[in-house]
Amino acid sequence: MHWEQDRECMDREELEQLQIERLQSTLNRVYAHVPYYRKKFDEEGITPQDIGSLSDLPRLPFTTKEDLRGNYPYGMFAVPMREVVRIHASSGTTGTSTVVGYTRNDIKTWSNLVARILTAGGITKDDVVQISFGYGLFTGGFGLHYGAERIGASVIPASSGNTARQIKIMVDYKTTALVATPSYALQVAETLREMGIPMSALSLKYGLFGAEPWSDRMREEIQERLGIVATDNYGLSEVIGPGVSGECLERRGLHINEDHFLVEVIDPETLAPLRPGETGELVITTLTKEAYPMIRYRTRDLTSILTEACPCGRTGRRMTRVAGRTDDMLIIKGVNVFPSQIESLLFEIEGTEPHYQIVIDRKGAMDEVTVLVEVSENIFFDQMRKQREMVEFIRKRLAHDLGISVEVRLVESKTLARSEGKAERVIDNRRL
Amino acid sequence: MLRIKNLEAGYGKLKVLRKVSMHIRPGEIATVIGANGAGKSTLLKAISGLLSSRDGEILFEKQDLRKLTTEKIVFLGCSLVPEGRQVFATMTVRENLILGSYVQYRRRKPEEVREDLERVFLLFPRLKERERQLAGTLSGGEQQMLAIGRALLSRPRVLLLDEPSMGLAPLVAREIFSHISRLRKELGLTILLVEQNARAALSIADRGYVLETGKVVLQGPCEDLLANRDVQRAYLGRDRNGYP
Repeated sequence: MHWEQDRECMDREELEQLQIERLQSTLNRVYAHVPYYRKKFDEEGITPQDIGSLSDLPRLPFTTKEDLRGNYPYGMFAVPMREVVRIHASSGTTGTSTVVGYTRNDIKTWSNLVARILTAGGITKDDVVQISFGYGLFTGGFGLHYGAERIGASVIPASSGNTARQIKIMVDYKTTALVATPSYALQVAETLREMGIPMSALSLKYGLFGAEPWSDRMREEIQERLGIVATDNYGLSEVIGPGVSGECLERRGLHINEDHFLVEVIDPETLAPLRPGETGELVITTLTKEAYPMIRYRTRDLTSILTEACPCGRTGRRMTRVAGRTDDMLIIKGVNVFPSQIESLLFEIEGTEPHYQIVIDRKGAMDEVTVLVEVSENIFFDQMRKQREMVEFIRKRLAHDLGISVEVRLVESKTLARSEGKAERVIDNRRL
Repeated sequence: MLRIKNLEAGYGKLKVLRKVSMHIRPGEIATVIGANGAGKSTLLKAISGLLSSRDGEILFEKQDLRKLTTEKIVFLGCSLVPEGRQVFATMTVRENLILGSYVQYRRRKPEEVREDLERVFLLFPRLKERERQLAGTLSGGEQQMLAIGRALLSRPRVLLLDEPSMGLAPLVAREIFSHISRLRKELGLTILLVEQNARAALSIADRGYVLETGKVVLQGPCEDLLANRDVQRAYLGRDRNGYP
């Protein structure tokens, strides 16, 4: 199923023509209307007229989160405020938030792009979609809401929080699709178990999860415990919010809406462009945004581009699931570690719960890492030997796979804080 | 069907078009809107070979029109209806139409031309009524029909229309626009329409490009352009006051 088949299945040559047309008009507009870009282009000695093909893209300067902060709140807007009909802000996963705006056309574009992703994830107008993303400045709630409405699905704007109530709604309203962060999906599963509600009481078929990186192991866990098909989707408020890319039911990478976004993958250190298949930092240029165009925005998300065709018929390139962020990469004792690596490992170990926290301390000049892992209740009390074995086992696996030694502590089920938005997996007590 | 990339064109030292890229899909009506002097006519002249472009490419079904003469371009199926109609005032309507059938200096078979003439008369019965009249005696709207009819005699697949509503009374202009819609519906023509009357052009076209000082600043489906405040302000005459 496609939402805009002619767009999603366009042949490459036609797509590239559309991309260059849209890129050139975007550049002409930002150069004329955003003083920041004009100054930056002038400094680099480049004008929009120097960009004659997509391969000229690397000649344009990057835009970073710091640049956006430097222009807080409205400096990056390309239209006067009277044309802005909506304001959102980045969720502030890291540091200060940034403010983004949408014109009426932007909202329409956004709704359509999210509709594409929902359709790819199995949603039709017959679905009852419960949106458990926060509604507010965060783009997740409203973005998915408008997209689902565009399709004609029945939308339940449940927003985040009050999991017991969410579950009551889910059961009573016969929700068929859940939209949330993956960590919240797990929490729903857990609360279901506590409340003693069997999976058979649910009408859920699909789950569309995003806004934070999650491993394939976590996907399996969610699918199994909620009895759904779970797909991943990707977006960020600086670019538009959800709607940049999403998996189809084949789940072989996230289809990028390439007629609206130009993507590149670069080496985050050298900034050199990487080839398809190589993992690096995703860089996005918007092609149709009116209020808040972005030129070569460094997302800090790590992914790689897939070029092979997908059986679903969509012709756009795909990206692999985001493995982490360049800035949540932990450098522990000089070794690069991503929380997602630890997560995958924990999911493989029987008896552990999919909740964990990584605590980093610095003693003298040494980093000390403790991984707190929740375990199922039945092994916690009586079997000391079993516990010790498990700690030892996890420690060895982590040491082997990550190349660093860490402390492992088992904690009782449900002792780690649960989040209703993005999960807080890392507590870094080092003052670096 | 028509694909333009980084087109640069101008007159003498004057650079008019700066890296203009656009495309038209088969059966589509695309429009280019913009103020006087934005480069709209220059664009059509460059496509039809009346003006040689400096750089870029103009692909018409994989052939680069930049290397071809106007006659060859018309022969391939890309005809221009020029700004200001340019009908031959001292020739009759019929003679004007037949002139359109000379493609590459070679007249088509008489029965083919007759068929084509009948088709044009079916589309524009007014021209049939005025068949023997001198073109100079026609009204502005009729001359526009004649100019379009003349282009049709070359059997184009892509029709380039340069300001067809220029100088026409609003009612007559509306009539011309509805004829343009019919050209696509009844003849399956692909159309590139250049217009100053942005509202009318955007309401009959599928997609539009906004040209400002030789650069494309906006492009997209016409409904999006109609909803764009910049377009409304600059070209639809809305919202003139109060803008900072």
